[in-house]
Amino acid sequence: MLDLKAAAIAANRFGFGAKRGELAAIAPDPRGWLKEQLSLPVQERVAIESPARLAEFLRAQRERKADVDLAKMFQKELRENFRGEAGGRTLAAAASPAPFRERLVQFWSNHFTVSVQRPVVLPVALGFENEAIRPHVLGHFRDMLLAVAQHPAMLLYLDNAQSIGPGSIPGRLRDKGINENLAREIMELHTIGVDGGYSQADVTEFAKILTGWSINRDNDPNPGTFRYRPMIHEPGDKTLLGRSYKEGGMTEGVAALDDLAARPATARHLAVKLCRHFVADDPPAEAVDALTRTYLNTGGDLRAVSMALIDLPTIWSNPLSKIKTPNDLVTSAYRIFGIEGDRFRDGALAGLQLMGQPPFAAPSPAGWPDIADAWMSPEAMMTRVQWALAAGQKLDGHADAREIAKSAIEPVASENTMRHIDNAPSPAEALALLIASPEFQRR
Amino acid sequence: MAFDHLILPRRGFLGGAGAAALTAMLPRAVLADAPTEKRFVLIILRGAMDGLNVVVPYGDRDYAGLRGDLAIARPGDADGATDLNGFFGLHPALSDIAPWYKEGALLPIHAVASPYRDRSHFDGQDLLENGTLSPRNTESGWLNRALAIMGGSDRRIGLAVGQTVPLVLRGPTEVASWAPTRIPEADAGFLALVKSLYEGDKRLSLALAEGIQATQSADEMLGNDWRQQMNGGGERLNEPSGQPGNGQPGPAPYRGQKILAEAAGKMLADANGPRIAVFDAQGWDTHAGQGAAKGRLAGALNSLSASLTSLRESLGPAWKDTIVLMATEFGRTAHANGTGGTDHGTATAALLAGGAVSGGKVLGNWPGLAEGNLYQGRDLMPTTDLRAVMKTVLREHLGLPWGKLDTVVFPSSSDAKPIAGITSRA
Repeated sequence: MLDLKAAAIAANRFGFGAKRGELAAIAPDPRGWLKEQLSLPVQERVAIESPARLAEFLRAQRERKADVDLAKMFQKELRENFRGEAGGRTLAAAASPAPFRERLVQFWSNHFTVSVQRPVVLPVALGFENEAIRPHVLGHFRDMLLAVAQHPAMLLYLDNAQSIGPGSIPGRLRDKGINENLAREIMELHTIGVDGGYSQADVTEFAKILTGWSINRDNDPNPGTFRYRPMIHEPGDKTLLGRSYKEGGMTEGVAALDDLAARPATARHLAVKLCRHFVADDPPAEAVDALTRTYLNTGGDLRAVSMALIDLPTIWSNPLSKIKTPNDLVTSAYRIFGIEGDRFRDGALAGLQLMGQPPFAAPSPAGWPDIADAWMSPEAMMTRVQWALAAGQKLDGHADAREIAKSAIEPVASENTMRHIDNAPSPAEALALLIASPEFQRR
Repeated sequence: MAFDHLILPRRGFLGGAGAAALTAMLPRAVLADAPTEKRFVLIILRGAMDGLNVVVPYGDRDYAGLRGDLAIARPGDADGATDLNGFFGLHPALSDIAPWYKEGALLPIHAVASPYRDRSHFDGQDLLENGTLSPRNTESGWLNRALAIMGGSDRRIGLAVGQTVPLVLRGPTEVASWAPTRIPEADAGFLALVKSLYEGDKRLSLALAEGIQATQSADEMLGNDWRQQMNGGGERLNEPSGQPGNGQPGPAPYRGQKILAEAAGKMLADANGPRIAVFDAQGWDTHAGQGAAKGRLAGALNSLSASLTSLRESLGPAWKDTIVLMATEFGRTAHANGTGGTDHGTATAALLAGGAVSGGKVLGNWPGLAEGNLYQGRDLMPTTDLRAVMKTVLREHLGLPWGKLDTVVFPSSSDAKPIAGITSRA
């Protein structure tokens, strides 16, 4: 039996909306369509580009001290390059053959935010997502956590690259010390959560455990790669959350991350965030419980957890409970209207900037908020309407609002919405009303 | 398909006709009397401002040693602080507003902290804004509850400047909001269509109705010329700017802030405008590359200084009735960390400015920076409750009754007593 409503939910709630003709293809088996996307190989092959990019950045940092013009040129290039990547990321997501999987990539990338508010992140933001997040979205959480904690982008963004054990020889000679930024955010944001039961002493101990997790600098071999530096590691045994870690150099950190990943508080923290993202701003308790159980029973297997998400009855019952973030709104517009090609990168990025959510630019390590309250101020609503109107005008002559409405939102759309699109005073306004409609703004 | 550059190029987008049509379509906002003619601006310094390097205790014998390379030089030395009272000095990046201190329009208070004693930014900001004793336990902010008590009319007295309404202003009392846009405004005809499109969707229709109202009020208060200039001016609030490199010299990423300050000033100055405004200033989380006279902290202070100057200018004569409070979620460690910065701490400085403060002195009880005097051996010891500062301003400047401040605005805060000498009220 064709289930167009379930197809629309699968396409919108789990993905970035339906391309022309896609709903009909999904309708015979909406759950199967989603599960198939999770059956692709666990490890997606990605090119590792960050080290070279970062090495170039570090070299330019050194050279710019001598040559101001060169520095300016490099900065401009760096920024332009980043803008291209940020817009390109949106277009790639919009065109993805596995949109649910892509949504998972973006979810975890936001969970482990690195932000270009720190300029050192500019050359490696996209690399971070591709290298530390993407390969693990259907793997085990602990592997993603380790990849994140060893990625140069994160080590620089949260300052661990420069953290020095106060009891190490350089620490004692140069009176240098630890930086607890990464250690704190791993516990507060990435794993057990702020109520996970840790103290300031735990933060300090974890920061000591992570001393030495650094990068190869400009004058080192393999610049721009992860490097464990035993010289600056804080010597001695440590205690984190009541568990002791014998002096073991880098293995302390690996063991501590594994232990954090295995904690029930981590399972619940991640389950709440996943349910908030995919189900509702106030996630239903039974949905959170189901995901928590799956996480704990499978040792943090994210493919199993994502499968469990598909099997939540509640996710299929209330089709439009989430308001799209600007990121989801722009990406879905590009998918639904079938806009593809590099020349649209600037436009995609401009839309995201306008509505306040450009890629890799979250205001803090907590990442972008995932609830409607954060994106639905009166000002933001006006901006959405204005963007819809501008988009409708641009699309005028290239797309038919009625045809797209039928193929993208009709199974879940109200009669009122369809009538407004039908009766719009002009084709451009019909397109704009489609984009502004509740069924397009929600998922 | 021509979908690129969705942002249309600069052009006259909201002619007189458009604005007139919009005004005609909507009932004009009811111009009820405001409950006060005083102005209050709250600037939330998100990210934990390092009070020790902003209001610098150069006279404390432990300061220079604790801070090492990060220490701000003494007044008179190269790149030194601006002396305030022979013990404290102001960070050199604030030199533009340092003269305000002499004229009595700048009032630092030191060793201030909210009741929050852990070190999470997010919980710290939550508590700073919700006005209670624990994070995440209420959906309303203290300033919204204060507005409810001021009450008196349908008029929106509170104004959120920026893309979102911050928690401190959220709650049952409706507030206005404004943010600069860079896209042509939708005409009244299209807005009417969208309004009826949203009939079945409460959430969207409410946000739209408020948005239309806010746009209309803002147009009236700011004037179209200014708005047009903002729209075409190419300021990108969300685009990170500044220089690559880890902090030296500090990036200047927050250009948008000055626009927010200017808009807030203009709207507050309007006779029919709001009386209380809130906006954010960012860039304080200086774990690395903090610098001394130059660096990330100096960059954030430069932006703040420019915002304040712009705010004062745009307030015009209303400046004399204004108090600006700059508050952050907590301070930073007394010691410099190992990476040229400082980590999350406890007490910090609060800054007040405006014609209605009793400035020209530094308030607070200085706990000292000797090892034994530090909170948990690492942070500046809190000696003044930030809520006491806020309550005093709400009481003396905005006229709220103390009993309500103790219970409704800041529940269970009777320990936070009024502080003498903050406002110019005799």
